[in-house]
Amino acid sequence: MIISAVGCSNKGAQGTLVPLSIEFDNIAGEQNLQLGTGVYRNAEGETYSVDFLQYYISNISLTRTDGFTYTVPQDSSYFLIREEDPKTRFANVKVPEGEYSRLTFMVGVDSLRNTMDISKRTGVLDPAGGMEGMYWEWNSGYIFFRMEGTSFAVPATIDAKQRFRFHIGGFGGISAPTINNIKTISIDLTAGGTALVKKGAHSNIHLMVDIMKVFDGPSQVRLKDHSQVMFSDYSASIAKNYSTMFRHDHTEN
Amino acid sequence: MCNVCSVCIAFLMILLLGCGAGNKEGQFHPFVIPANFPPPSYRFKDNKITQAGFTLGRKLFYDPRLSRNNTISCGSCHIQSAAFTQHGHDVSHGIDDRLGTRNSPPIMNLAWSATLMWDGGISDLDLQPLAPISNHVEMDDNMENIIRKIRSDPEYPGLFKKAYRTDDITTTRVLKALSQFMLMCVSSHSKYDSVMRKEGGVTFNVDEQDGYFIYQQKCAACHAEPLFTDLSFRNIGLRVTAVKDPGRYAVTLKSSDRYKFRVPSLRNLAYTAPYMHDGRYLTITAVLNHYTDLVQLIRGIDPLLIRKGRPGITMTQEDKRKLVAFLNTLNDQQFVRDPLLSPQ
Repeated sequence: MIISAVGCSNKGAQGTLVPLSIEFDNIAGEQNLQLGTGVYRNAEGETYSVDFLQYYISNISLTRTDGFTYTVPQDSSYFLIREEDPKTRFANVKVPEGEYSRLTFMVGVDSLRNTMDISKRTGVLDPAGGMEGMYWEWNSGYIFFRMEGTSFAVPATIDAKQRFRFHIGGFGGISAPTINNIKTISIDLTAGGTALVKKGAHSNIHLMVDIMKVFDGPSQVRLKDHSQVMFSDYSASIAKNYSTMFRHDHTEN
Repeated sequence: MCNVCSVCIAFLMILLLGCGAGNKEGQFHPFVIPANFPPPSYRFKDNKITQAGFTLGRKLFYDPRLSRNNTISCGSCHIQSAAFTQHGHDVSHGIDDRLGTRNSPPIMNLAWSATLMWDGGISDLDLQPLAPISNHVEMDDNMENIIRKIRSDPEYPGLFKKAYRTDDITTTRVLKALSQFMLMCVSSHSKYDSVMRKEGGVTFNVDEQDGYFIYQQKCAACHAEPLFTDLSFRNIGLRVTAVKDPGRYAVTLKSSDRYKFRVPSLRNLAYTAPYMHDGRYLTITAVLNHYTDLVQLIRGIDPLLIRKGRPGITMTQEDKRKLVAFLNTLNDQQFVRDPLLSPQ
């Protein structure tokens, strides 16, 4: 998917831009996500702990109740949500004033940026920018979503430490077409509360991100069978699952 | 002047410089497109080669600081005297005496290589160094750490300032400087090149000429002139080993790409033994014997290697002898000795 299709013109974007944040609050079902210590159970009855969770959010756009859509300039629209660093839970953007009722974003890094010159890969996209482990050096491309942890369901014959590792990426390939796990999420904010963006106020769109959906989504993932999922066809099932983990809880205006 | 004109003039200048061969040994010269080579695929507009950038890139290329414990440089596995391969090693020998699973490919004519690595996993030379730097059996480090090390070195900030007019050391500047050095590793001064460019009345002898004909019949469909590779990925019926390296499949996940590897160039074979993606054949004779006698009829084998339902290429001993005579005209002594490309 080439992102330029989303980049519809920002006509009508007059006046100054006002800060708006989108909060990615990682949870596990009805519990707050506790890295390393929390123990959770998937629908297959397998218990697991998560000790690493990171994912890219990019290409954010917001739609106002009057139908106007503002696309955040792409260079300012890449965020790496890292559970171990609470500061990174916010995607801070600037948008024109107004009442916003729809939020759209991508989980991952668009194919265009994945093929851009290294000089266009700054900030969280810089291989030296603290995003260690979110890039496949041997098969050029960003890892969109990475979750690791432990589970007794992981066969010791597969991994002696019984760790599971989901490293999900794949933007469609450069020299040959291959898997595309880029997911675009669009969320209606009406029920949970629209974002009222105006000067002097700070609106925060608070999303709950339920990592249990990574296992219990459209596909049921069994750690017994799929504990090491990286660049493989099965990664599409994990990506489809995590595309359902975002839920709008409320908006702080 | 229109852009097209200026591009043409720049191109002509490059050609003229290329014909001159008047470069003093070891002295920097602009990037040259050899007269018998096609236009390069590298995007030079995003990385103009300068003397200062090249010099910085060369220092980085030979600097073991690019590895976790400062023991392995790019030049450790890409040795100039071995045409920038790791001569004598079947698979690359990296940090802490760890071994990889593939044979170090040459740093040679990369400006013409739209994809890199044995499986084509990388399509941009500027991103290529990230792979060995991060690989746990090669250099086992990361860019963040390398940049920290380089910043604290007394020499580098000055070299970056010369190359980029700023001593701010970034990922982009490190990688682009490395590209500048690697792009200058052009091998185009073999006897073959002289014959093709009609330089100084150089001609093939009878065996070489016969060998050239055999090459054209038996090898050129994949090892195409003048780079001696068509840059494609092919399954040549190598016996699958315990490593079960899936080759190109790892990048495309297409089952038809299983056990396909890049067609390597035939240039500089005298310096680059052993051969194949895993260095299994120690001599050229062994490689030629593979094609005549050892090609396995495995799934996905390249159709060019099947004749009348049987795998392999027909060649007599005499054909092989002449073919080797021709292949030896592809060795480029100037390239493996050029002081410009050596550690300083």
